[in-house]
Amino acid sequence: MAQAAVTGTEQYNYAVIRKFAVMALVWGVLGMSAGLYAALELAYPLLNMGIAEITFGRLRPVHTTLVIFGFGGSALFATSYYVVQRTCQARLYSDMLATFTFWGWQVAVALGVVSYMLGYTQSKEYAEFEWPIDLLITVVWVAYFWVYVQTLKRRSQPHIYVANWFYMSFILATAILHIFNNISVPVGLFTLKSYSMYSGVQDAMTQWWYGHNAVGFFLTAAFLGMMYYFVPKQAGRPVYSYRLSIVHFWALAFLYMWVGAHHLHWTALPDWTSTLAATFSIMLLLPSWGGMINGIMTLSGAWNKLRTDPIMLFMITSLSFYGMSTFEGPLMSLKSVNALSHYTDWTIGHVHSGALGWVAMISFGSFYHMIPRLYDTKLYSQRLVYVHFFLATIGIVLYITAMWVAGIGQGLLLRAFDDFGSLAYTFIETVSFLHKPYVVRALGGAFFVSGILVMAYNVAMTIRLGKREAAVIEAKLAAKLARA
Amino acid sequence: MTEALQWLGRLENSKIVALLLFFVTFCGILFYVFTGKQRKDRLESYKYIPFADEEKSHGDSSRTDETRKVDEQ
Repeated sequence: MAQAAVTGTEQYNYAVIRKFAVMALVWGVLGMSAGLYAALELAYPLLNMGIAEITFGRLRPVHTTLVIFGFGGSALFATSYYVVQRTCQARLYSDMLATFTFWGWQVAVALGVVSYMLGYTQSKEYAEFEWPIDLLITVVWVAYFWVYVQTLKRRSQPHIYVANWFYMSFILATAILHIFNNISVPVGLFTLKSYSMYSGVQDAMTQWWYGHNAVGFFLTAAFLGMMYYFVPKQAGRPVYSYRLSIVHFWALAFLYMWVGAHHLHWTALPDWTSTLAATFSIMLLLPSWGGMINGIMTLSGAWNKLRTDPIMLFMITSLSFYGMSTFEGPLMSLKSVNALSHYTDWTIGHVHSGALGWVAMISFGSFYHMIPRLYDTKLYSQRLVYVHFFLATIGIVLYITAMWVAGIGQGLLLRAFDDFGSLAYTFIETVSFLHKPYVVRALGGAFFVSGILVMAYNVAMTIRLGKREAAVIEAKLAAKLARA
Repeated sequence: MTEALQWLGRLENSKIVALLLFFVTFCGILFYVFTGKQRKDRLESYKYIPFADEEKSHGDSSRTDETRKVDEQ
């Protein structure tokens, strides 16, 4: 291995981060392509082609699992291992255990995807894995927790930087959520099928306690950890207010756990429970916007960077989408708004403004910062980063505006009554109304997939460049040693 | 003691107690974070931690000075 790589490897464990980063992009390309195909199936049902494995019902969890756990999860493993080492100035604890988390996580994601296509699912949103895969995930997660905590204990800094607090809360909360939501009774030892320990409305409440906190801790807190390290690093200036980041952290931790029941307004759930959830959802706006302002104001006095640095564009745009979706979320949690928005595509649009706009964009920005450093080189093409940024942004805007039109229109059609108190529209009329927005949504998805393909090419060429440069340095060192 | 535990065990009481505990703790955190000049300076100094590992870095890349020298030769 080249000297450059050896120097980095001696101080930090970059090997496992490289693996996670590459796999994040592989799963990202596959997951987003699956999402695009699923979107096309909704617009053109003929694309189901009568093949059970690729029908929308099976492809949809394939898409969500690949993008959330495959892409998002691997990106979080990669960046958390990078951030904890760089901010603690300590090498990752146990290379073997860290490598185990890599293989364990990849196997779990792959098994999940195959099992969904074969028709095995727990039918719990974002927790479709059947029980043996759940057990594997639990073991991997405990190993992840142990590696992280032990690395923190090795730190040469007296203080644990706030990004690590967010990552730790994500690890701890995900463990609790995963275990309690997935408690189930297998039909037999040699079958994948199992039944949840909970039933009826309790099952629904546990599921949405899990579901919304998966959004809160997996897709928000952890990516805020990413933000609190990579935005200051890329901007070359410290975070705007460290004290605000502390309040941001504790306020999110206090409030998020209560809001899951807003997914169950107007159901069999007791009214006070969903009112409580809506109240906490509104309160969540404050820490969310506090964090967003903290991130954006980091660039205060250096706004000119946005003209010259496409990576900064990714990061600031992601924070803007974070602000927008954390405003839209509390709005949709109000019972009156929810009566219109729930069971419509507005929800899908809201999820994607967070998932694409916030989660994916901050991950892309962080990867563009991190990957050249992992390979001790420079990014292959800055111009391709610009291309990716505009493809992604246009894609998101097309997607969410199409879903606003679809969702609000659908909600209004479903709630319309004629003079006699009968429904004004038949169900099929509300479905045919959705065709055009669905086509535009698929177009937006195609833009976004094109963007990640451009990124995959740029990253592959960057890695190639890094390896080539390392080989040249190795040759020069060998020649120098031979002369000595 | 047993009576106190039984009182706390009733849902209508424990909910309020939990809410008060969380609220007071959160107010305590706010007070701690935003008071005291020395504490302010200490907490704000932590924001430079991500830059503490940069002595070994050079320019945009993380390449060490040593490897850069070799590269430039």
